[in-house]
Parts: sequence; structure tokens; C-alpha cells
Amino acid sequence: MKKNNTEEGGTNRRKFLKLGLLSSFTAIAGTSIVTNLAAQENETEPTGEVMRLLTPDGKIVEVNASNINKYPEAYISPEESRKGIPDRKFVMVIDLARCKNARKCVEGCQKGHNLDYHQEFMQIKLIRDNPAAEPYWFPKNCMHCDEPPCVTVCPTGATFKREDNIVLIDNERCIGCKFCVTSCPYSARIFNWEHKAKFDDKSQPYSPETSVPGAMGTVTKCDFCPDLLRQGLLPHCAQSCPEGVIYFGDRNEDLVTNGNETVRFSELINKREGYRHLEHLGTKPNVYYLPAVDKLYELEDGFDVSEEVKERYKDVPYVQELKKQGKI
Amino acid sequence: MNIESRKRELFKEFAPRLETTSIKSKIYIGSLIAIILVGLYAFYLQMSKGQIVTGMRDNVVWGIYEVNFILLVCISYSGAFISGILHFFHSPWKTAIARIVEIITVLSLLIGPIYILLCMGRLDRLHYLFMYPRIQSPITWDIMAIITDIIACFIYLYLTFIPDFAILRDHCEERKIPKWVKKMYKTLAIGYQDTKTQRNRLHKITRTMSAMVIVLAIVAYSVLAWIFSLTLQPGWNSTIFAPYFIVGGLFSGVAFIIITMYLVRKFYKLEKYIRKAHFKVGGIILLILAMLYGYFTFTEYFSRWFSHKEIDTNLLDKLFTRYFWEFILANYVGILVPIGILFFKKFRTIKWVTIASVIALAGVWLNRYLIVIPTLETPYIPIQDTRIDYIFYSASWVEIILSIAGIAAFLLMFALIGKIVPLVPMNYILAGQSAPKTVKEKDNKEISE
Repeated sequence: MKKNNTEEGGTNRRKFLKLGLLSSFTAIAGTSIVTNLAAQENETEPTGEVMRLLTPDGKIVEVNASNINKYPEAYISPEESRKGIPDRKFVMVIDLARCKNARKCVEGCQKGHNLDYHQEFMQIKLIRDNPAAEPYWFPKNCMHCDEPPCVTVCPTGATFKREDNIVLIDNERCIGCKFCVTSCPYSARIFNWEHKAKFDDKSQPYSPETSVPGAMGTVTKCDFCPDLLRQGLLPHCAQSCPEGVIYFGDRNEDLVTNGNETVRFSELINKREGYRHLEHLGTKPNVYYLPAVDKLYELEDGFDVSEEVKERYKDVPYVQELKKQGKI
Repeated sequence: MNIESRKRELFKEFAPRLETTSIKSKIYIGSLIAIILVGLYAFYLQMSKGQIVTGMRDNVVWGIYEVNFILLVCISYSGAFISGILHFFHSPWKTAIARIVEIITVLSLLIGPIYILLCMGRLDRLHYLFMYPRIQSPITWDIMAIITDIIACFIYLYLTFIPDFAILRDHCEERKIPKWVKKMYKTLAIGYQDTKTQRNRLHKITRTMSAMVIVLAIVAYSVLAWIFSLTLQPGWNSTIFAPYFIVGGLFSGVAFIIITMYLVRKFYKLEKYIRKAHFKVGGIILLILAMLYGYFTFTEYFSRWFSHKEIDTNLLDKLFTRYFWEFILANYVGILVPIGILFFKKFRTIKWVTIASVIALAGVWLNRYLIVIPTLETPYIPIQDTRIDYIFYSASWVEIILSIAGIAAFLLMFALIGKIVPLVPMNYILAGQSAPKTVKEKDNKEISE
């Protein structure tokens, strides 16, 4: 009985998601939940309690009460999380020309995933393409590759590739062999080296879609925040970026948004010469980068950060030069 | 010569070691157990506190555990390979060293995989490997290879033990050997009476198994190498890694066997059976392997250096700056010095061959270290961190103690096996007499004297 309900919840949710992720989600999503529920009500076994709801267009519908709370922040079990959100191909575009190392994406992500100061799913590197070029800030998370080396080498299937492009980790399946860490060319994966008090917080049941709570001796990484995607929201990093550096969207719809503007993915990549990092390795990432041309900010502006963060870049030759000139 | 009386003589020769334990060896075994206990404490710490007590961190997620694992497993595979060849081609050398080689094979194959388990974050979920296996993962291949190899090597070792167990069973009655040991001999001899049919049958099975362990060793070597070479990492992603591991493994394996031969000869007073001639030939084999291994090492680094892809250059830069001395010791001293010693006939003495072997073994360990750790310290994405332990790896005391405890466990098990069976197979000594053609004149003389 209970199982039936969950399964049904799953189908309903998927139908809801079909109705649109990016387009003015609040109103439409509200309607779609209710219409979907109403449409399915005959199939649901009556649990006795029925609720009456007012839809945004003024109709009153009766809904089985047991279905109500599953939307949209319903718990996604590890098995369910292997399927992915139907008909989606999630993609991220990072506009390097606009990044000024504000680190809001890092902080937003850490807050959202309950991470410690040094645990970064999103890292900001200082990269230089060639000795003549000026370095640029390079936000880097998991690339959610189409040919993920980490998934290939995992001996237990703890990490997996979903239909919606997302690569997730089920930390209840992970045996901590760390083979995935060594095989990822993007250093996207981090390991929980010790037990932390926050792992004991079971107020929220574990789901690979939230990566919370963590577990000692397992691997974790950027998950593209599928829990937020199911609610029609952008991932934490994209939400927190004040400069609109991080675009997120769906390849199928060919749309990406940074929260302020929504653009065609293909046009953006074509016009701005979007590229993927380490393309030659053949991992086929789903994170695209727009080159750091005509940068909005001076590189020095990026050094308005804590001393600890500044220290991280001290070995980059260019930074040493800047220091000599007294610019930072 | 009456075989029965010869059997009795042999038994008399080897029995004292099986009967009594000297104070010296009691102290030795006691100290080995003490080291293992400290190791167990370190293991407990790692289990309760997590791998934070090791030197491993993000970036360098595999440390000396992985290095020990490769070294021990490679020694085991080369043990299987060599003893397979000794048996398959009816080498006269098997009389002296076959048993030592087989014991090394099994023991290092038992201890080696423990290190890969120490690398695992969740030992409590070990059974997931069998509950949710994924066949495309090289780790799954490695697990299959190791398990098959352990089973095959155990069977093989046991087969070569059966005739000796029979001799021990027949002659232990009048001796002061504990009852349970006598009983064990009887059970393990599984009614072997050394009749002609039995002997032929055993010979046939051993021969088949010896061919199988050779093939298995090659497969297992390759799979181990593929764990590294199938990734995209610089320094790992190399097409020659499988044969390189085979040659390097054989090199370290032969060196290890020679060292063990030296120790066994000295402490078990087997000078009569393990003679200078064995070290001489061992030295020549080691020389050939050293040259091959040197050639592979050179090719591997030379092609990376010559083509100088950026990521390879970064790695080589690290090897030639931070790891300069380790690189020199591993790939110059560890290869050229053994070649230099073994090249000259007058240095092919027991002492010098053993010295060359010690240098070779240490060199291979360092070479493995340089394969695993600097690569992980040189990822595609620059590390850019302020925590020094996240940038450079250095082994913690827990890892070092557990490495030493592994050696202690090896020595302990070797000593215990030495208490139960003679380290020179009695049945081969007998067989050597009945088939004098396969044994040199001198050997025969010495045995019959």
C-alpha cells in the first residue's frame, strides 16, 4: 500500500517536471501538481482523507491527502535517485569573463550541502593558458561527464550516470576504495577522511540527490543539486553568484539561465566560443566554459578575499609579479 | 639405495627443527607478535578515527599501502611464475628452492591484499564488492584475479606438500612431536602412500597446475597494472604498464627469493641444499631481469620526456626536483648497481648476490612509490591549497607501523610453516636421487655422502 503510493508519487512528480523547469515555474508548477493529482485520483486507492484545493485558475479540486506533502521537496530514495529526472539533459555554462573570485558560489554550495570550510564541491582555481596570457579565475565543479571515468571504474556502482546527465554518488553503497578519485581528471571528488558530528544529524534522511548527511570513509562531490532542480530552482552555486557567472539549464530545451537572463544554450556557446575543459581527454563534460575574453573585472579585484584564500594562489608566477608590483 | 631408509634419514635430519623450539627462536617469534600487536593497535586507530590518521588526503588518496600492495602482490605473482617454470620444465633447481618460492608466493598473496583493504574507507562494506559487482571496473577484475590466484596457489602449494606430509606421517610416531601435529600430518597426507600410480597422478596434476599458475600470474600482473594504466593520469596512462609490471615484478620477486634463500640457508642450516651454485644462477637471472627492467623504465620515462606533453612535463619536473634523490635511488642505483655487481663473475658470490638483491628490492619499492604518489600530486587541475598535507603526501606513523607489521606477519607465518614442514622438500631430494640425470654429479655426491 505504502509502496504503491510512493510509486505513484514518482510518476506524478515526473509528470510535473515535464511541464517545465525554467519557465515561470511557481504558478505553472502549482497548477500542474494539482491537475496531475486530480487526473490520477481515480487510480489512487482511497486512504479516507480527501482535501479540497483551490487551483490558481479558480477551480476547486479534491485531492488524496496522502499525496500532498510529497511535492516538491519529497524525499528521493537512493534507488529512485538512480533514474534521473525524465526528459532532461542538464547542462551548466560558466562565463569566465564575468568571474571575479567573489567566492559566493563556493559559500552557497557549502551552506547548501552542509560542508566544512575546506570542503569545496565548487573550487575556484587561478588558471593561465599560456605564458603570454593573463590568468583568469576558473570556477570548477564536477563536470558531470557523458563518459565519466569515475563511473567506469567504480566496483560497486556507488557512483552512477543518470539519464538527465547528472553523475551522482550513493554514499550508502560506496566502499571508499577511492579509485574514482584517482581516475577523475578534474579533481572533482573529495573524500570524508574522518567522522564529523554533522554526519550524525539524521533529521533529513540521506539521499544521493542532496548528498546530506555525509558518511565517514565515502566519497562525495558536486551533485548539480537535483533536489533543487526538482523544485524548479537553480543549483546553489548559480543562485548565489552575484555576477550571473553560472548559467544552468536543459539541453533538450536548449535554454540556460543564470537567474537574471535566460538564453539559448546553442547560441551562447556558438557566439561566445564556448568550450569544455580538457576536451582532449574525451570525457565529454556537461559543464561548458565561455572564455575569459574582455573580462569585466581586473584580476587584482579577485584578491579581495581572506588571507587564507590569497595564500592558495601564491605559487602562481603571475601572482608573485602582482605582489612585487604591490597591486595585491 | 633403499628409498625407505633414505626417507628415515631425511626425516631424522629435518626432525629436530620440528620438535624443539630454541629460546632464540622463541624470542624472535615473540618480538614478531609484539610488532603485529602494535600494528593491530594502529589498525584499530585507523578504523575508529578514519583515514585521517594516515598521510593520505584528497589528491594523494593512495599512499604507501598501495605501494606495499603492488610490491607484495608482484612478488607473489613472480613466485608463482618461477615455481611454475621450475616444475613445468623439471628443473633440478626445484629441489633446493621450490618450497621456499611456493611459501613466498602464498604468504605474500595473503598479506598483499590486506594493504588494499587498508586503503578502503569502508571495510564494513567489503561484501558490496560481491553484492553489487560491476564487471567493467578494473578493481573487480583485480579481485577476481587475486581470489583465483590465491585458490590456485594454495592448491599448488598443497600438492607439492603431500608427499612430504606422507613421509612426516610415516616417521613421526617415534618422535616427540605434539599429537595434534601428528594428526595434522595424517589428515593432510590424504592417504598418500607413494605408490607408482599415486606418484604419477600427483606428478600430472602438479604439472597441470604449474602451467596454470604461470598463466594466472601473467593475467594477474596485467590486471594490477591496468588499475593504473587505464586511468587518464599522467605517469599511469601508459601502454607498456602491463609488461613493465611483469618485468618489474619478476625482478623484485627474484630479488626477494634470493634474500629469503640467504636467510633460510643461514638460520635453518641448509647450506647442504641451498648452495653457492643457486645464488650464482639466481644472480644471472637477476642480472637479465635488471637489464630488462632498466630498459622498460628508461623507455617509459624517455618517451614521456621526449614528447613533453605539458602534464607529463609537470610530472617529470616534480620527479627531478622534489623527488630527485628518490628518483636517483630507484631508477639509477636500484637498477645500475645490481647490474654492476652481477655483471662481474667474481661478484657472483652468495654475499654479493644477496646485496644486489637487497638493493634491487628497495629500488623497486621506491620505483612503485614514484609511480603512485607523484602522479597523484600532479593532477590536471592545479592543486592550489594552503594545507601542506593536501599538497604533498608523507606517510604517517600508522602507515609505517602497519607496513612493518606486514613484514612481521610474513616472517611469523614463514617461521610457523618452517616449524611444521621442512623448508627443503624431502620428496624432491629423493626424486633427485632416483633420477640422477637431472641433478649435477656434484649434487649427487653430496647427497649420498
